[in-house]
Amino acid sequence: MAKNKIIVVGGGLSGLMATLKICEAGGEVDLFSYCPVKRSHSLCAQGGINACMDTKGEHDSIYEHFDDTVYGGDFLADQTAVKGMCDAAPKLIKMFDRMGVPFTRTAEGVLDLRNFGGQKNKRTCFAGSTTGQQLLYALDEQVRKWEVQGSVKKYEFWEFIKVIKNKEGVCRGIVAQNMNSMEIQAFRGDTTILATGGPGMVFGRCTASTICNGSAVSSVFQQGAHIGNPEFIQIHPTAIPGSDKNRLMSEACRGEGGRVWVYKDGKPWYFLEEMFPAYGNLVPRDVASRAIYDVCMNQHLGINGENRVYLDLSHISAEYLERKLGGILEMYSEFVGDDPRKVPMQIYPSVHYSMGGIWVDRKHNTNIPGLMASGECDYQYHGANRLGANSLLSAAYSGTVSGPEAMRWAKEGERGSELTDEDLAKAKQECVDDFEAILKMDGKENAHELHHELGDVMNKYVTIERVNKDLDYCFAEVKKILVRWNDIGVTDRGHWANQEAMFVRQLRNMIIYALVVTKAARMRDESRGAHYKREFPTRDDERFLKTTIVDFNAEKQEPEVTYIDFDHSLIKPRPRNYAVAKKEDK
Amino acid sequence: MAEQNKKTVTFIIERQDAPDSKPYTQEFEVAYRPSLNVVAALMEIQKNPVTKDGKKVAPVVWECNCLEKVCGACMMVINGRARQACCSLIDQLEQPIHLAPARTFPVIRDLLIDRSVMFESLKRIQGWVNVDGTWEVKDAPIQNPYTAQTAYEISHCMTCGCCLEACPNVGPQSDFIGPAPTVQAYLFNLHPLGKFDKEKRLNTLAEKGGITSCGNSQNCVEVCPKSIKLTTYLAQLNRDVNKQALKNIFNK
Repeated sequence: MAKNKIIVVGGGLSGLMATLKICEAGGEVDLFSYCPVKRSHSLCAQGGINACMDTKGEHDSIYEHFDDTVYGGDFLADQTAVKGMCDAAPKLIKMFDRMGVPFTRTAEGVLDLRNFGGQKNKRTCFAGSTTGQQLLYALDEQVRKWEVQGSVKKYEFWEFIKVIKNKEGVCRGIVAQNMNSMEIQAFRGDTTILATGGPGMVFGRCTASTICNGSAVSSVFQQGAHIGNPEFIQIHPTAIPGSDKNRLMSEACRGEGGRVWVYKDGKPWYFLEEMFPAYGNLVPRDVASRAIYDVCMNQHLGINGENRVYLDLSHISAEYLERKLGGILEMYSEFVGDDPRKVPMQIYPSVHYSMGGIWVDRKHNTNIPGLMASGECDYQYHGANRLGANSLLSAAYSGTVSGPEAMRWAKEGERGSELTDEDLAKAKQECVDDFEAILKMDGKENAHELHHELGDVMNKYVTIERVNKDLDYCFAEVKKILVRWNDIGVTDRGHWANQEAMFVRQLRNMIIYALVVTKAARMRDESRGAHYKREFPTRDDERFLKTTIVDFNAEKQEPEVTYIDFDHSLIKPRPRNYAVAKKEDK
Repeated sequence: MAEQNKKTVTFIIERQDAPDSKPYTQEFEVAYRPSLNVVAALMEIQKNPVTKDGKKVAPVVWECNCLEKVCGACMMVINGRARQACCSLIDQLEQPIHLAPARTFPVIRDLLIDRSVMFESLKRIQGWVNVDGTWEVKDAPIQNPYTAQTAYEISHCMTCGCCLEACPNVGPQSDFIGPAPTVQAYLFNLHPLGKFDKEKRLNTLAEKGGITSCGNSQNCVEVCPKSIKLTTYLAQLNRDVNKQALKNIFNK
């Protein structure tokens, strides 16, 4: 009997984890990626991965990890899904350890743990300050082993364009394009998993890699996939502002004792410690970002009047810093020129992560049968705000769920009719026609300039503080950008490694995803986690303890927002306040 | 650098339209700004792909992802030296700045190159720990923290290819797989479970294209953007390979 063929799009932590699970279950994987999978964005995660190892004498428990995650996410995450993730975390760490991840160790050779934001116990396993790189490499190596055995076929430097559905509406394959030869091809797959990462590039400058454009997510959204909670965009409090990108300064800096301050009345003011005595510098990201924003924008206390505050490690011994944070301090020196061991770093919040994404059930199935989503591109696990070091966990864990489920669907799912050769040819031809039309575009707009404008408007209106009339304005502006997209002129009309034409196609998807985020933010009249409106400064569980669902209205080319209930039965929602130690209502 | 030069930055970029077409150069000017790096400058050229003499051209093609010197994608030859473009700050480069593809690898277009040979070499050296599966087995073995520290250093290798570009023994005249993939064998030989396959890896490195092709020119360690002590580990591997060769003789 022929083996089941699963298509995995994206070779970051989640896509590779799913690939391994599929191979182990006897399936075959066609693995598509923009880049060699070893260069995927997972490697930018620095600080660590959370798992209750309880090796620091703190009586940490899986339940505490579960509660911290739900509380940190302001009660918007599906609690049964979160519990599954926290339960599995220690096992995943042991797996990574066996695979050879060079975790940082204690003197007696066991995995060291560090503090991270929004958690009172040491629960974060880490490999220096390049944890994501090390975890990704471990999975990359294991997948290479399967590649040698013939179970994995890599399509690196291929771009996903869209899914192909049969007449029953079941996803049975995809169309993709070779980024060098520009050849467009249709592929059959029993199940398709998207593991394409976050949409950071929709905001232009952010901490994400240039490949994190959300284009694949937007594409399947336009083909009928629900998007869940897209308005929840995490702003990382500590990034190095840059003109090409904002470079992340890991939360591990705060975890290892870094203090955030500005001058006030001529003296250092450690404002996080003053505002939040219980957690101090270790408040979650949304709380820290809002405080920094407030200090700079409203109190005008930023360094030299600019939007910057100090992140200070200079009181910690150089030897300790080298051991725990070596890599990232080197990065600061390299890109900024100052030595953070001696002088405080200058940082400001930046768009960093999307809690929302493609809506999935607990097994990572989307609402399109046969199509799954896994990793940052899905909406699961983080609710309204993600805790630091839970992203590597959710990425890896989601792959352990989506992989086996993809195989189950391939064997037992109601897949309906097979795609005929004519179906494939038709799907391919549509994409070829679209691409040829892009090559002929002869207007006056430059796609990269237009992208820059999109990023500016999204950064200005849809990040830390949101105001309804500004969101209305932003939505109208993004719609204008969508119209202007039609007036792009391309300079490269060739059929070989034409990055410009591919970017034009991605840009249209990015603009549509910007509309999704803006619309969802406009509709949610409350403040919860990363979503903050001064007009509605409190959480409104009565109206909004609900998952946002966004659908695409193809006629109006616009997103439409509805809300659905979700499972919050295990921990009763309680007010989230990091000024005091967290307490649960039993 | 004189202040007046700082207003614009001049790039002389070696371009090539296709793998088998002839290379040519074009000059571009980009507005200077503090902490500008080479990738950021190439992005500016994308927004306005016009040469210094006012000719509108196709934007320069290159590869980049993370812009944080961790993905390895944007390696190119900058003023004659193989390095990551994202962390090459204009302030630290002599102008005009020359950009060229790393020609040790096949050129796809402009600065975009095909490094798949490195990933193939990782297959050859069996660059993985041969775990039974992703399922739960038992606790992973405790590791000496000092050995783990060495593993951590080597595990920073991002397969960028700087060391292959700089190595005089990598090229059409030799089969040498190059410093980066070779040293990865040392990484897996260090691991308490990975070392079970140490003999296999060493025997592979004794074959054609393995460690015997290393001419000890020491160029690799000079250019490694991650400061991996490549020559130290190559020397260690060389001893290991020789020891293994003797063992193979006596065990016959």
